[in-house]
Amino acid sequence: MPNDIVGIEYNRVTNTTSTDFPGHDGNGDYAWDIEKFKDSFQIDIKSVGPRTANFDLVHIDTSIANAFRRIMIAEVPSVAVEKVFMFQNTSVIQDEVLAHRIGLIPLQVDPDTLQWVDKTLPEQEQYTEENTIVLSLDVTCTKNPHAPKGCTDPKELYRNAYVYARDLKFDPKGDQMQKYANAPVVPCDPDILIAKLRPGQEISLLAHCVLGVGSDHAKFSPVCTASYRLLPVIDITQPITGDDAIKFQKCFPSGVIGIDENGQAYVEDARKDTVSREVLRHPEFDGKVKLGRKRDHFIFNVESTGAMSPQEIFYKSVRVLKNKAEYLRNCPIGQ
Amino acid sequence: MGSDVAFQELLQPEFRGKKLTDEINTAQDKWNLLPAFLKVKGLVKQHLDSYNYFVDVDLKKIIKANELVLSDVDPDFYLKYLDIRIGHRSTSAPGTKEVILPPHECRLRDLTYSAPIYVDVEYTRGKKIVINRDLEIGRMPVMLRSNKCILDGLSEEKMARFDECPLDPGGYFIVNGTEKVILVQEQLSKNRIIVEADEKKGIVQASVTSSTHERKSKTYVVTKNDKIYLKHNSIAEDIPIVIILKAAGITSDLEIMQLVCGSNPAYQDIFMVNFEEAAKLEVFTQHQALLYVGKRVKTMRRAGAPKLTQLQEGIEAVATTIVAHLTVSDLQFREKALYIATMARRVVMAIDNPKMVDDRDYVGNKRLELAGQLVSLLFEDLFKKFNSDFKLNIDKVLKRPSRASEFDALLSINIHSNNITQGLNRAISTGNWSLKRFKMERAGVTHVLSRLSYISALGMMTRISSQFEKSRKVSGPRALQPSQFGMLCTADTPEGEACGLVKNLALMTHITTDDEEDPIRKLCFVLGCESILTADSATMHADGNFGVYLNGTLLGIIRYPNKFVASFRQLRRLGKVSAFVSIFTNTHQSAVHIATDGGRICRPLIIVENNKSRVNKEHLRKLLVGEWQFDDFLKHGLVEYLDVNEENDSLIALYEKNLSDNAGQQFTHLEIEPFTVLGAVAGLIPYPHHNQSPRNTYQCAMGKQAIGAIAYNQFRRIDTLLYFMVYPQQPMVKTKTIELINYDKLPAGQNATVAVMSYSGYDIEDALVLNKSSIDRGFGRCQVVRKNTVHLKNYPNHTKDILSGKRVDENGAAIFQHEAIGTDGLGEVGAKVTNGQIFVNKHVPTNTGDVVMNHNPADQPMESYRETPALYKGPEPSYVDQVMMSVTDNDQALIKVLLRQTRRPELGDKFSSRHGQKGVCGIIVQQEDLPFNDQGISPDIIMNPHGFPSRMTVGKMIELISGKAGVLNGSLEYGTCFGGSQLEDMSKILVEKGFNYSGKDQLYSGITGECLQAYIFFGPIYYQKLKHMVLDKMHARARGPRAVLTRQPTEGRSRDGGLRLGEMERDCVIAYGASQLLLERLMISSDAFEVDVCNTCGLMGYNSWCTTCKSSENVVKMTIPYAAKLLFQELISMNIAPRLKLGDVF
Repeated sequence: MPNDIVGIEYNRVTNTTSTDFPGHDGNGDYAWDIEKFKDSFQIDIKSVGPRTANFDLVHIDTSIANAFRRIMIAEVPSVAVEKVFMFQNTSVIQDEVLAHRIGLIPLQVDPDTLQWVDKTLPEQEQYTEENTIVLSLDVTCTKNPHAPKGCTDPKELYRNAYVYARDLKFDPKGDQMQKYANAPVVPCDPDILIAKLRPGQEISLLAHCVLGVGSDHAKFSPVCTASYRLLPVIDITQPITGDDAIKFQKCFPSGVIGIDENGQAYVEDARKDTVSREVLRHPEFDGKVKLGRKRDHFIFNVESTGAMSPQEIFYKSVRVLKNKAEYLRNCPIGQ
Repeated sequence: MGSDVAFQELLQPEFRGKKLTDEINTAQDKWNLLPAFLKVKGLVKQHLDSYNYFVDVDLKKIIKANELVLSDVDPDFYLKYLDIRIGHRSTSAPGTKEVILPPHECRLRDLTYSAPIYVDVEYTRGKKIVINRDLEIGRMPVMLRSNKCILDGLSEEKMARFDECPLDPGGYFIVNGTEKVILVQEQLSKNRIIVEADEKKGIVQASVTSSTHERKSKTYVVTKNDKIYLKHNSIAEDIPIVIILKAAGITSDLEIMQLVCGSNPAYQDIFMVNFEEAAKLEVFTQHQALLYVGKRVKTMRRAGAPKLTQLQEGIEAVATTIVAHLTVSDLQFREKALYIATMARRVVMAIDNPKMVDDRDYVGNKRLELAGQLVSLLFEDLFKKFNSDFKLNIDKVLKRPSRASEFDALLSINIHSNNITQGLNRAISTGNWSLKRFKMERAGVTHVLSRLSYISALGMMTRISSQFEKSRKVSGPRALQPSQFGMLCTADTPEGEACGLVKNLALMTHITTDDEEDPIRKLCFVLGCESILTADSATMHADGNFGVYLNGTLLGIIRYPNKFVASFRQLRRLGKVSAFVSIFTNTHQSAVHIATDGGRICRPLIIVENNKSRVNKEHLRKLLVGEWQFDDFLKHGLVEYLDVNEENDSLIALYEKNLSDNAGQQFTHLEIEPFTVLGAVAGLIPYPHHNQSPRNTYQCAMGKQAIGAIAYNQFRRIDTLLYFMVYPQQPMVKTKTIELINYDKLPAGQNATVAVMSYSGYDIEDALVLNKSSIDRGFGRCQVVRKNTVHLKNYPNHTKDILSGKRVDENGAAIFQHEAIGTDGLGEVGAKVTNGQIFVNKHVPTNTGDVVMNHNPADQPMESYRETPALYKGPEPSYVDQVMMSVTDNDQALIKVLLRQTRRPELGDKFSSRHGQKGVCGIIVQQEDLPFNDQGISPDIIMNPHGFPSRMTVGKMIELISGKAGVLNGSLEYGTCFGGSQLEDMSKILVEKGFNYSGKDQLYSGITGECLQAYIFFGPIYYQKLKHMVLDKMHARARGPRAVLTRQPTEGRSRDGGLRLGEMERDCVIAYGASQLLLERLMISSDAFEVDVCNTCGLMGYNSWCTTCKSSENVVKMTIPYAAKLLFQELISMNIAPRLKLGDVF
């Protein structure tokens, strides 16, 4: 098996690491060459949507790919509610829980429009129009006088029985009105349920949104998750035909294994495999198939919470990594 | 019933994946009898039944037994109780339930949830006979959900109007605002003969505890030097058995022999010696025997009672004291004689064959005493006291020779009405049951209902406590009895000292209440039983003749016991006899036993006839469409209740398939559902049949500590301490029990994605690794609310405690201490209270004794008040959740402030799965550092795999696989005991969804990004957060308070105490030789004290002056522990002079 294949065996994973020298096997040129990398490195974009992106990074070292993943989760800044000022909350949900729920709502704010909050300043001066966005939530539940008789649905019976994320209203301060004229601050998903109310209950609060990173709190993470998997490799070493081939096909998700006109199984699209290793359970395929994953082929899947597009998140992760490298290079130790 | 709505679900066209039109398979669908049973019976029906029986039946009996109050002074006077009612008047409309206030209001206002006790009396006023109805003689605490409670039979909506949770089981009392449970008490059955043998001493004894309304006594028939004697506490000497039988009227030696031994020569040989003894003592006639007994009776007569002759004493003893539960009328002793003869016979049988002894621990020999019985005992005692007080009172009045007006006894009856109310309240709230007539002092009968979680409250309601001492090192009562099967939960018992003594009821059990004996007695005679009064003594123990025993008393003999038993059961199934009367044959004793007494545990089983279940598809269909209820099955003779003894007489098939598989065996019954061997708490465990049994027991203890939802009214409750989980989830892997007990509606835990792997080294010894992002998103978040009560008292001099508003600084802002309070002096709802701040600003008048001229508190100057605010103490701030103001019984203002904390999991918080696998959080890791799978899922919890091999909790692994399959499939899977989703099916789902069949995923390291070399067992497991949290336990001290007496640091976290360097630690330091450390720890850091020691006399002085020597010449200063100084002084006070002799060290 080639050295860049992680072996998937029945009860263990072999060849998980490259050598101590990233990107190289034992018998070759040890020097890292930018040109060589440029030649071999490949990005295949499979799909890009407003919320998700699926792309492959090929011929790149695990550490770099993982760095992108980690940075996307934890270090790409985004905006979330940090402070909630509760004026009135007579709902059943407690202040802390309500604040926590509001904090977790993803907001559609371009993080680049905000500056970082300077925590060194005294608390009264920390929040300014440059670094803070104020949202307000003022809901009072009342009875609906026009509710049909005998109705039991709270949505019909009462007004504002359900408080949704869309009820959070942007409260522009200073020049924020102009700044966000084209992109008003709204929750990415307007239908997130915040609380349920009954007549007479009221919620009135202000929420301060600031810039933060996912390592500080998960609410600042711009991704639902960003992760990768290695490209599966299926190597049929001995021909599998007849009923066995059909059984073989069934061991994989549909579309992975095809059967040709001779009734022989062939690998149609290994990428679709979920690597369930089902095939390794059956003694009839013993020795006939080798499973593996390509160690330098990363199938990335980035799912955005909605504030930024997935590609933007990825670009930002690259930028953060670059800045880090820059920083390290400028460190005295690097010179 | 609250479960009505839940039961409606059962009747939906599609219920839990099953349509009404689906084919009914009896083998699988017979389990529907269980929800039907619980719908009728409820989860705590045993408590309710017993209380209902008490208020409806037993109270009337008590009144009947104590109906007359006579006067010693006026022979014409009498007062007679005609009737008694709880909660409604004779005139009130049917269905009226008079209670003080709705239960929840009683809880909040610290009141007792009670209903008035009304009696109808007839008494003489002058020459007239007057009837007075609806006289209130006190108030009776009402058990929640009993038929005197306003919640009984309410719909869920109406329940909500009373702020009551429809899922709350009820069965407890509310006394002074606290919920009190009277635990079920287990004891040896009363009025039954128990034969025991002490093989070492060679003693065989038959004993019977006679219990009547008036007294309790124990009668023994024992062997002593191979002879048999009767022993009783009120007889000074053991009476030879022959003499007592003669005293009871069996004068012929032949008849005695016939009654005790029958025609069995072995028995006759054993018993023979006893005749000699009687002959030696020259007792031949009944008269002589009665004299013999009379001479030895310990007389304990009240002063003033007439003295009895010895003969009378003898008659009295035989008639009333010996085997007291048998009543003798017209000196007809035969019944009693036969009873004693039976006891003797059992002793003889046990001597002949040592195997013929009874097992004390056998569940069939146990009776359970419930709330109703205990309250009944208490009430009767109080009622008797009430009557005697009343009698004393009227005697006092009637004694007066000239009365101005006609005497009306009613005027003095109300004086004592508080006694009954107070007596009941005090007993229930303290748990001390002291009954004068039984000389019974029992403490700890009641417990505060634990409201930690729904399960802990429910678990408490099914708990049974044993009368055995916890300290005794006997294993018998603690062991798991085979006869517990189906009656008592096999898993749910605490660990440690109460292990095996505290038990829990299984899911489908019923505890009987007393049934009428008389109709059964008549029925026996109708069915061909020959009465002992007419039967010839010779035939009594003839071969093939069986004795018929009703509640342990010999009733008669029967020639054809099988036919007798069969027809009796026939009648019971027809409903002619109460369903809870049990009958069984004991071939060893040649006896048919019929039991009608209360306190027997029994459970329903399907009747099998000719190896065919009587319940068929048609019946189940009727149940499913709601045409039939559980009681219809009982009525139609398809299902019957068996108690433990009768179970022994049956052959019960576990599954329907057993019926056909074992054609050779004649099954009598079929189990409704095998998982009912477990109780409500053990029923939470998924796949318990795959676990090592102690693990299930551990989970039963931990399930009660899990934080979750408590009740639907949880946010309306103001309890001393409550824990809520912020986002509780119902488990992915449920059990049928979970649905039946509504744990899915009030869950306590969350489905965590678990990776079983080692990570970081902070997971050894059961520690868990937690995902920080999961915690950020609300995993394991909980709230702790604590109640703080403040009373505003009124003082006799018309002063009263007041609240005063907040104090402000020069800028108008509140001072730090008063930041949380408003202008009314109470904490503002929502305000943050930090350490040292005040949440109730109470002031107490400095002068509460003398009369102050100014009555108006507003005019009082502030100087005359002392600040006694309620201060908040705690490492973390709290928020004011609720403030309640009310008035107590005695018109004092009652303020309750509820403080809330919201806590996210932190290092050291305790978690547990449902398999007795607890662990603390060892490290909290960033999400990006955690391993992830192909889908990008990272675990919420990482559990170390070393937790598995030694604990063998295979159920947990199967839970993971079922849970994972459920997640992928979008279904909730079942892990019901002896059933549930099959592992194979679950694996199939996993494979279908593109996962490995074993539940192991290939994971990538979050740190390096590379594949992990092993496949990781990965999937959801239901995790409970336990109430033990670091925040409540963390404690350290550098310096702090000291105890007054010893000047040593105080002890305990609550007093900011020091951490003790104990004896064993001291030993280590000594062994190591670190003497200076020892000195520092034990004296300098503790209670160093400088004393002046006089080197002349060796005693202590002060100020460099020895008071003994009257000099300061040789007084030296030195440092010793204050405790040592104290010891010296105490010794001196005992006239022992400890003298210190000081010398130079160097």
